[in-house]
Amino acid sequence: MSKGLPEARTDAAMSELVPEPRPKPAVPMKPVSINSTLLGYIGIDTIIEQMRKKTMKTGFDFNIMVVGQSGLGKSTLVNTLFKSQVSRKASSWNREEKIPKTVEIKAIGHVIEEGGVKMKLTVIDTPGFGDQINNENCWEPIEKYINEQYEKFLKEEVNIARKKRIPDTRVHCCLYFISPTGHSLRPLDLEFMKHLSKVVNIIPVIAKADTMTLEEKSEFKQRVRKELEVNGIEFYPQKEFDEDLEDKTENDKIRQESMPFAVVGSDKEYQVNGKRVLGRKTPWGIIEVENLNHCEFALLRDFVIRTHLQDLKEVTHNIHYETYRAKRLNDNGGLPPGEGLLGTVLPPVPATPCPTAE
Amino acid sequence: MQDKEYVGFAALPNQLHRKSVKKGFDFTLMVAGESGLGKSTLINSLFLTNLYEDRQLPEASARLAQTLTIERRGVEIEEGGIKVKLTLVDTPGFGDSVDCSDCWLPVVRFIEEQFEQYLRDESGLNRKNIQDSRVHCCLYFISPFGRGLRPLDVAFLRAVHEKVNIIPVIGKADALMPKETQALKQRIRDQLKEEEINIYQFPDCDSDEDEDFKRQDAEMKESIPFAVVGSCEVVRDGGTRPVRGRRYSWGTVEVENPHHCDFLNLRRMLVQTHLQDLKEVTHDILYEGYRASCLQSLARPGARDRASRSKLSRQSATEIPLPMLPLAETEKLIREKDEELRRMQEMLEKMQAQMQQSQTQGEQSDAL
Repeated sequence: MSKGLPEARTDAAMSELVPEPRPKPAVPMKPVSINSTLLGYIGIDTIIEQMRKKTMKTGFDFNIMVVGQSGLGKSTLVNTLFKSQVSRKASSWNREEKIPKTVEIKAIGHVIEEGGVKMKLTVIDTPGFGDQINNENCWEPIEKYINEQYEKFLKEEVNIARKKRIPDTRVHCCLYFISPTGHSLRPLDLEFMKHLSKVVNIIPVIAKADTMTLEEKSEFKQRVRKELEVNGIEFYPQKEFDEDLEDKTENDKIRQESMPFAVVGSDKEYQVNGKRVLGRKTPWGIIEVENLNHCEFALLRDFVIRTHLQDLKEVTHNIHYETYRAKRLNDNGGLPPGEGLLGTVLPPVPATPCPTAE
Repeated sequence: MQDKEYVGFAALPNQLHRKSVKKGFDFTLMVAGESGLGKSTLINSLFLTNLYEDRQLPEASARLAQTLTIERRGVEIEEGGIKVKLTLVDTPGFGDSVDCSDCWLPVVRFIEEQFEQYLRDESGLNRKNIQDSRVHCCLYFISPFGRGLRPLDVAFLRAVHEKVNIIPVIGKADALMPKETQALKQRIRDQLKEEEINIYQFPDCDSDEDEDFKRQDAEMKESIPFAVVGSCEVVRDGGTRPVRGRRYSWGTVEVENPHHCDFLNLRRMLVQTHLQDLKEVTHDILYEGYRASCLQSLARPGARDRASRSKLSRQSATEIPLPMLPLAETEKLIREKDEELRRMQEMLEKMQAQMQQSQTQGEQSDAL
């Protein structure tokens, strides 16, 4: 990884530039005696609490992109994930809906608050993906958008007078919706993931999984995992970025057994056993979204929000963004964009999509 | 007295029945739609067969380069002494590729080829054993996950709707809640109207049927496109009688339960009541339409000369214009026939000239 930027950011540990270190469980450390014996409790373990307070004050950004054919329940799922209407459903059943002729990118931001923590959530929708008769290169507008966000961030970073907190519009997570055919991945799925898994964290999910029985689900998942492996597609959490053994075991289990998560989304509530639950009511039973016996929505939610949210941001910043940055600097002769040799100022290089490393 | 009034042709239907039972009955059903919509399972459920047992499903990377193929599978089903030779036409690869432009053309070509074959057979000399391989019905599967017909669906249906009876079905309908099913059906019906796609119209029931039957018939027609679920597995649901269905953690979908899906409606209308009508519409309307446009195109300027020449030549085998063959072949054949005709005409003229000569010579010799 290129360390071309000046080391000015070491001390400003709380700024958005340095992603916070992954919070270890909040167990206060016992006084460690290495060479000297500590004469008492110092209190450096309260750093965790300080960081938490700061996060609560500043809040944080999270940008999630959803990709998949229309009708796979993308908006419903995102609304279910964040328990709010953060994604405008393309249309109710009655209205006419025109499928856009090219893939559009629609980013909608919301501020959600929970337990005193504010999150600025941006949901990026990609209507038109995979819906045409000819879907050649329909991933290009998406790749372009992702790289444009990296470019935006890079431009802010190389400024002489930098903002205290660079607004982060980079895509931290891309949920890719696989159609539950029960057979295998479609050629378009493979093409998309091959191109984009190197620039963004892709989390594949099997959409509308209530059409598959338990056996069909597990067979399908196995086949999908195998196909991804055979084609060299690394979805998040990528094996190469596991930091330590603890990560590796935890992530291995998720990678090899749970993913891709087979999910069902819903924004309707029904009464089941005296409780109101989110679900889908059919003549043969009620599918409960948060029931692990019915679908893996709860696993996806815990994974994306409760355990790996911060990691998604870190991998985006430390790896995907750095890769982009390195390529851009290399293309520009080792200099930040905007500057030529001998200090002359070149016109800004247009943000071209970086050739992805195959 | 009674014997004189009773002629006896009321027994004709029985005779026809006996003849057709002896002859057997053949039917060609095409199944089309994206892969993964439960087509094979539904066919197996409809006809209680296991036609797709040895099928290998290709992986996605293999499908990257796959073009659409047409596969035919035949099965003989016998029930109540009646033999049905059912031919299933499958279209694996349809809608799979990243670029599906024109992927429906091989299907259109296939349907037309069957018409061509029949036209040739019908115009031929020996018409005793014409095999009818024309496609009598196309079950088109629509995805329950979309918001109605997709651009590919519309393109396919517009390409084939004048050539084959289309019955649209929504596959894997257990993905939908009842309200969603209704809304999707309405949306599809609206789209079919907008795009002016003609699907197979189930004929109205006779006016002398009772009200109950008429109501049932109307209900069945309103449930088009049929929302179907297929299964060949028998599940025993909580100690009750065994049913064919799909067992989920939250309940069991029963294939033959009219509250769960339209499988029974489809089976009734397709197999039990309208099999013959589908064949008749194929023959009387779709095939005739094809034949008429075929023969009309033969009345083009180039073809007219050929037709008039063939009238002159007394050696031509038949006065009916040649049945159409694939274009390249047709051109070649026409050229060859033209050559032949020219040669034969030359020979004829030579012979006539010779005859004239010998006649005048004879007259001269007679006169002398």
